[in-house]
Amino acid sequence: MLTKRASLKLATALAALMVAGSAQAAEKLRLLTWSGYAPADIVAQFTKETGIEVEVTTSNNEEMISKLRATQGAGFDLAQPSQDRIAGPQTEFGIYKPLDMSKIKSDQFIGSMLEATKKNTSVDSKVYGVPHIWGTDGLVVNTKAAPKVADYNDLCDPALAGKTSFRAKRPALIAFAFANGMDPFAAYGDAKAYAALMDKVGAKLAECKKNVKFFWEGNDQLLNAVRSGEIVAAMAWDTGGWKLNADNPDMKFIAPKSGALGWVDTFAIPAKGRNDDAAYKWINFNMRPEIAAKVAAAAGNFTASNGADKLMEGKLKDQFAESFPKAAIDNIRWYPAVPAGLEEIEGKVLDRLKAGS
Amino acid sequence: MIAKQASRLTLFLLLAPAILWLGLLIVLPHVEILVLSFSERVAPRVYAFGFGNYLEFFTEPLYWRTFARTAFMSILVTALTLVLAFPIALYIARVAQGRLKAMLLLLCLLPFWVSELVRTLGWMILLRETGVISYALRSMGVASQPVELLYNDGAVILGLVYGGLLFMIVPLANALESLEPAVVEAGYDLGGSRWTVLRRIVIPHAMPGIVAGCIIVFMLTVGNFATPVLLGGKNGLWFTEQIYAQFITRFNWPQGAAFGMLLLLLSSAIVWLGLRLTGQSLGTTLKQA
Repeated sequence: MLTKRASLKLATALAALMVAGSAQAAEKLRLLTWSGYAPADIVAQFTKETGIEVEVTTSNNEEMISKLRATQGAGFDLAQPSQDRIAGPQTEFGIYKPLDMSKIKSDQFIGSMLEATKKNTSVDSKVYGVPHIWGTDGLVVNTKAAPKVADYNDLCDPALAGKTSFRAKRPALIAFAFANGMDPFAAYGDAKAYAALMDKVGAKLAECKKNVKFFWEGNDQLLNAVRSGEIVAAMAWDTGGWKLNADNPDMKFIAPKSGALGWVDTFAIPAKGRNDDAAYKWINFNMRPEIAAKVAAAAGNFTASNGADKLMEGKLKDQFAESFPKAAIDNIRWYPAVPAGLEEIEGKVLDRLKAGS
Repeated sequence: MIAKQASRLTLFLLLAPAILWLGLLIVLPHVEILVLSFSERVAPRVYAFGFGNYLEFFTEPLYWRTFARTAFMSILVTALTLVLAFPIALYIARVAQGRLKAMLLLLCLLPFWVSELVRTLGWMILLRETGVISYALRSMGVASQPVELLYNDGAVILGLVYGGLLFMIVPLANALESLEPAVVEAGYDLGGSRWTVLRRIVIPHAMPGIVAGCIIVFMLTVGNFATPVLLGGKNGLWFTEQIYAQFITRFNWPQGAAFGMLLLLLSSAIVWLGLRLTGQSLGTTLKQA
């Protein structure tokens, strides 16, 4: 049992803790982002320049939307969803606020990418996102163990049974649609046609499933399995492939024949963000070429910052050149904005894929 | 009169934390989930009242099959846990004495000082293709190829039984402890074989403990998330994963809420059925646990 004096002491200590806590929270930016997008040294530099502390929460697209939806856009001051996942959730849940483009230094961005992202993230002619980091989804292949893999369909090759993997998420659906001669993006406008197309893709994947060792969830899980040789070919992010390539030249990221899938992660401000000024400061700070180059190198991806590519390290550039010949770059399929409602169709196909045997 | 009122007030004040805890953290969220589960999306940001989310569960084979599978496997896990835990509990309660008894209980408890996630990752290190067991089998010459023991239903059951063991042993040991040695001796004296004594004396006496343990293990198993996700294969979808998918990746909260309510109702129904079949009442069981 606590004595009276002891409990009094405890209460005082707790009160002191709370006061100290709130005093420290003078100016803070609560950032909801991907792992690797806010390296510690960059955060430290930002705090030194502006006096604003950055509280980093790492997440993924679905969790970002779910987190913001749970609070109707509160709890974070800046989020980094992919550009195709903004318009739909915004229409559905209203979790972001329009960006004030006058507060963003647009000359720091690659012009064409900025314009494309603004267009894709617009709802009712208000802009909700600007580009930050981009990359692709393609094939990570152990070229010694699986020399013939060149397209998504090759993951279903019986010769590689039990040694391939992909994520049971929407990129797999889109990729296998393209690989099998369908154009899912063209069907975006017609929910019925899209459902029919997705059913076909679902059937194809269900057939391919016996070839798959597991559906990977986290990047590290996949990379571990490729390193240990348990997996020899997988659909995955380019950055993972290049990370493996740095340790072992036999591991390569290959842009598939039917096209790598291009994604762009953005900056978007949650509807009930409390510190927009800090958010704009973070955006402008991050798009400065020298900062962007550092972040891109840490994340292993590319940046939408104009001029940062000249500052990038040679290794990543070489790897990019090897994975992406000119034709493969032109063949990248950039995700258009997902209309509200389509994800439900995809969800059911994925549920069936995961549950069926 | 005043004294009576005062004692009532004291009682109320003493109960207040428990009532607040139950009301605010358990009843209220469930009411909200219940309300949410009856709303259907009509258009963006427009929702209407309806039973569609519940109908979806019964009309779409995918969902009720996942539930049936989860329930079936949970029952299997509970049965396996019982079979494994019974001799251990019997030994702890009847044979072990003093220090040894305390140490055995501590040994059962020890793995639970580590989080469930870490324990599950431990199993992954043992079972994976490049893992400890596969390596040992190869170096002993039993297997020529790396053996994949992970990502199948067996691995899931193994992980769940391991996680449930303690929750079965404790109520069982409790129940067995109160068994009078004289009764067992009398059983032998009257010419009963070991099997007869076990079946007619020990098990009936332990029944409340068995039921309590089974309820706890079944409920923990059916609502588990991490173990099936990490150890389960590409075919091993657990019902909780469906709920997670609806809430997090599908943004369909009403559907997820309906699945959550269904999980609560259906697993409670299974427990009720179990009590009925074994002729136990919840009251005596709770006293034991």
